[in-house]
Amino acid sequence: MRFVDEFRDADKAHALAAKIAALCEPGRQYKLMEVCGGHTHTIYKHGLEDYLPESITLVHGPGCPVCVIPMGRVDDAMHLAAQPDVIMTSFGDMMRVPGSNGSFFDAKAAGTDIRMVYSPLDSLKIARQNPDKRVVFMAIGFETTAPSTAMTVLRASAQGLDNFSVFCNHVTIIPAIKAILDSPDLRLDGFLGPGHVSTVIGCRPYEFIAAEYGKPVVVAGFEPLDILQSVYMLMLQLAQGRSEVENQYTRVVPWDGNVVALQAIGEVMELRPYFEWRGLGFISHSALRMRPDYSAFDAELLFSVPGVRVADPKACQCGEVLKGVLKPWECKVFGTACTPETPIGTCMVSPEGACAAYYNYGRMSRQRVKEVTRS
Amino acid sequence: MCLGIPGEVIEFLPDQPDLARVDVSGVRRVINVGLLSDDPPAPGEWVLIHVGFALSKIDEDEAAAALEFLEGIGQAYEDELAALQESRIE
Repeated sequence: MRFVDEFRDADKAHALAAKIAALCEPGRQYKLMEVCGGHTHTIYKHGLEDYLPESITLVHGPGCPVCVIPMGRVDDAMHLAAQPDVIMTSFGDMMRVPGSNGSFFDAKAAGTDIRMVYSPLDSLKIARQNPDKRVVFMAIGFETTAPSTAMTVLRASAQGLDNFSVFCNHVTIIPAIKAILDSPDLRLDGFLGPGHVSTVIGCRPYEFIAAEYGKPVVVAGFEPLDILQSVYMLMLQLAQGRSEVENQYTRVVPWDGNVVALQAIGEVMELRPYFEWRGLGFISHSALRMRPDYSAFDAELLFSVPGVRVADPKACQCGEVLKGVLKPWECKVFGTACTPETPIGTCMVSPEGACAAYYNYGRMSRQRVKEVTRS
Repeated sequence: MCLGIPGEVIEFLPDQPDLARVDVSGVRRVINVGLLSDDPPAPGEWVLIHVGFALSKIDEDEAAAALEFLEGIGQAYEDELAALQESRIE
């Protein structure tokens, strides 16, 4: 456990915090976005904001795949699941995401055949065991899960399985980051790059952020000290007037990513012209669909999908939270009408959603902590 | 689903070189290692697993750190392990 202690060492954390504080220019405010929901989780669980000077704000990004699924796609999936002889399979994370007529769990309770699977490969077994049924896998996630779906389709194709298809909702992280950079709502100083997504795509795709937007990017690991170290690396770049892509998480992330995984995605899927993201709206070339060669596995072609666009509930401010414009506790329904047990918005559903992370660890703004402790 | 979970490779399935039996926190299940075909892991080596696929090789120290991180997460990891327990990849 030497390694674990090394990544949790409080003395090291304080030493890093002091080095970070020394890099802050007096009077300057810094906004750093952690793109990945896993990072958000670590930050709240370990109270990392308390280690940082008040001039540094960590802004939570859109990197929680469950959180960015728009309601319309959930409704489309429910429509697919309700077709005759269909068995819908889904990751557990997706089961509680609310559509406009309830969640997968609600539909399952009402008798629709929706089954939770650990892996898309488990769906293949269900398809083989139920030759008279049509198995549709609800594919969600960034580049971390897209290769798994692609490999599963390749396997189904090789095995000649004709009762398996994919409702493809895979999204790609780079266009979302670009949309945030182009958004007038928010001025960011740098990015903590996602760890696991970068295992697949590597570090090169972030180079435009440094080159064209002049913002530093540090791909970060998930341990508390990884994140503090990455914040330090960002602050050092800012202090030195550099904007580069650096890799703090070299233990896991190769600079060029996983070439086999990228090839699998490229073989089976292609970019959609546009896709709707919850809170961010329509983003060009931001999601994947099946290539025509694999249309036999494309649920959107095999079935009629209504494709209705559904507005998010009025009370829900997930959009602002996903863009980093609002902190979770600033949402009107946070912790009252919207809780992990009865989520209104997607950010409260996944444990990696910013709202659920805040809710579970009881974090408040540093200003509010001060007010509370003073009184 | 988003969690990368560390597993130790126990053995490859004799008739299916893409599939390996791994040990994740004492749970032994079959996963796909096809995404590591450029540099396949050997039995005894550790991999980071996402939804039934090994996505990268890691060393034992990193595996221990990742495991401790996951155990600290609580419910989400328990859910993931429960899902893995139900998994029957073949």
